[in-house]
Amino acid sequence: MAKKRIKDLTFWEKLYIPVIIKGLALTLKTMFKPKVTMEYPEVKFEPPASYRGRPVLVQEKNGTERCVACGLCSRVCPALAIEVQAAETELEKERFPQKFEINMLRCIFCGFCEEVCPEEAIVMSKDYELVFQDRDSAIFGKDKLLVPVEKLEDRIEFLRKFKK
Amino acid sequence: MNIWEVIIISLIKILLIVVLMLLTVAYLVYFERKISAWIQNRKGPNRVGWLGLLQPFADVFKLLLKEDIVPEKANKVLHTLAPFIALFVSFATYAVIPIGPSVEIFGYKINLVVADVNIGVLYVLALTSLGVYGITFAGWSSGSKYSLLGGIRSSAQMISYEVSMGFSIAGVLLLSQSLSPTKIVEAQYGWMWNAIVQPIGFITFVVSAFAETNRLPFDLPEAEPELVGGYHTEYSSFKFAGFFLAEYANMIIASMMIVTLYLGGYQIPYIDKLGLSNTLTVLLQIGAFLFKTAFMLFFFMWVRWSIPRFRYDQLMSLGWKVMFPLSLLNIVWVAFLIMVFGL
Repeated sequence: MAKKRIKDLTFWEKLYIPVIIKGLALTLKTMFKPKVTMEYPEVKFEPPASYRGRPVLVQEKNGTERCVACGLCSRVCPALAIEVQAAETELEKERFPQKFEINMLRCIFCGFCEEVCPEEAIVMSKDYELVFQDRDSAIFGKDKLLVPVEKLEDRIEFLRKFKK
Repeated sequence: MNIWEVIIISLIKILLIVVLMLLTVAYLVYFERKISAWIQNRKGPNRVGWLGLLQPFADVFKLLLKEDIVPEKANKVLHTLAPFIALFVSFATYAVIPIGPSVEIFGYKINLVVADVNIGVLYVLALTSLGVYGITFAGWSSGSKYSLLGGIRSSAQMISYEVSMGFSIAGVLLLSQSLSPTKIVEAQYGWMWNAIVQPIGFITFVVSAFAETNRLPFDLPEAEPELVGGYHTEYSSFKFAGFFLAEYANMIIASMMIVTLYLGGYQIPYIDKLGLSNTLTVLLQIGAFLFKTAFMLFFFMWVRWSIPRFRYDQLMSLGWKVMFPLSLLNIVWVAFLIMVFGL
């Protein structure tokens, strides 16, 4: 004896029309709901602290970078986008990056550099507007990477809360 | 009226209809995008011109500036011919659809239809079935498996749904006793709209019309997830625009046919009892026809953005096992009405 499967449609369901009317009513209702469109160049998206935008170097209040040029970020970077060259300094931290370059054509925004950094010196910013006119301008040196620490409070706080 | 007057009046009517149609198609595309946006909580195109109203022209110019590609394996003649068949067929159908009763302008009695053919419904059926050749040729001549599958699907679908479409129309013809669209509209005086008298026939006709125009939920000939672009995969530039235009023109025809056959055409129930002047009545009736057509067009889009595509076997079994018997049942129902109430 053929067992009646639960999946078999009843006659009412086979007509399709009741469910079609239900679906049409739903879409009609949706048409009059407020729109969620954000009109981009005029209205800009303000990402939450968990957003991973372009990686930046933290600039201390005295104007120097926090980075000690340990090279861990460069080592961990899966896309080989980071290049660090260390040099000595008279400051307490003794080492600083003479050259720190991130190739933004290679960066995949994984955030490993930020995760591995022992000094909270490299963090992911909220900056998502990355447009280049040519390949050379896509390689960011220290001039473009340094961002004052005040602007990064959000992300640093987020990292202290969630970074293990 | 001498022969020249007839020719000139017909030419004016043809010109009006073609211009009106092209504009309507352009703005249908715009409204399609707007409605899809509203249904998905978006705003839709609003950059080009006020409220994005110039968007269709931007789209068309973009399409015309594209390179016209003919694949190496294509049958060049048919590949070029196909979009023109599709276009010609959908434009020619407009000739017989009445948008209002006859009016008197400058002493001439003018029917608001290009050609008041006494077998108008047959003419429409014949031409819309020809439309499938455009799509099948396109699919076959492109020399690509996706196109071929799309074309084959289109013809199979067309054959299946043409049958139930024909039988639904038979119900209408039984009541009006005429094949002329004008007579059919006149037979639906007052609330005797065919959609109310024979609701089953109305539903089967509307469903078949969706299948005939290749619109979702029956757009299997161009099912993007499976067939890339279906029959127009290998088309670009102006030829692609031709198919695009034909699809929307077919949609307008389908809406006009639904209105003419089932929703009382240009009739407003009992408007002649209100004692309005003749001109006002005619204008209101034309308005009513356009309004009803616009509503059907909105319905087409509304359904498109609400209901997912049918699977191919579901489409076939719905066509043959549900729509076909239902349309037969409708004929029996109409015959019963005529026998008992003598309509």
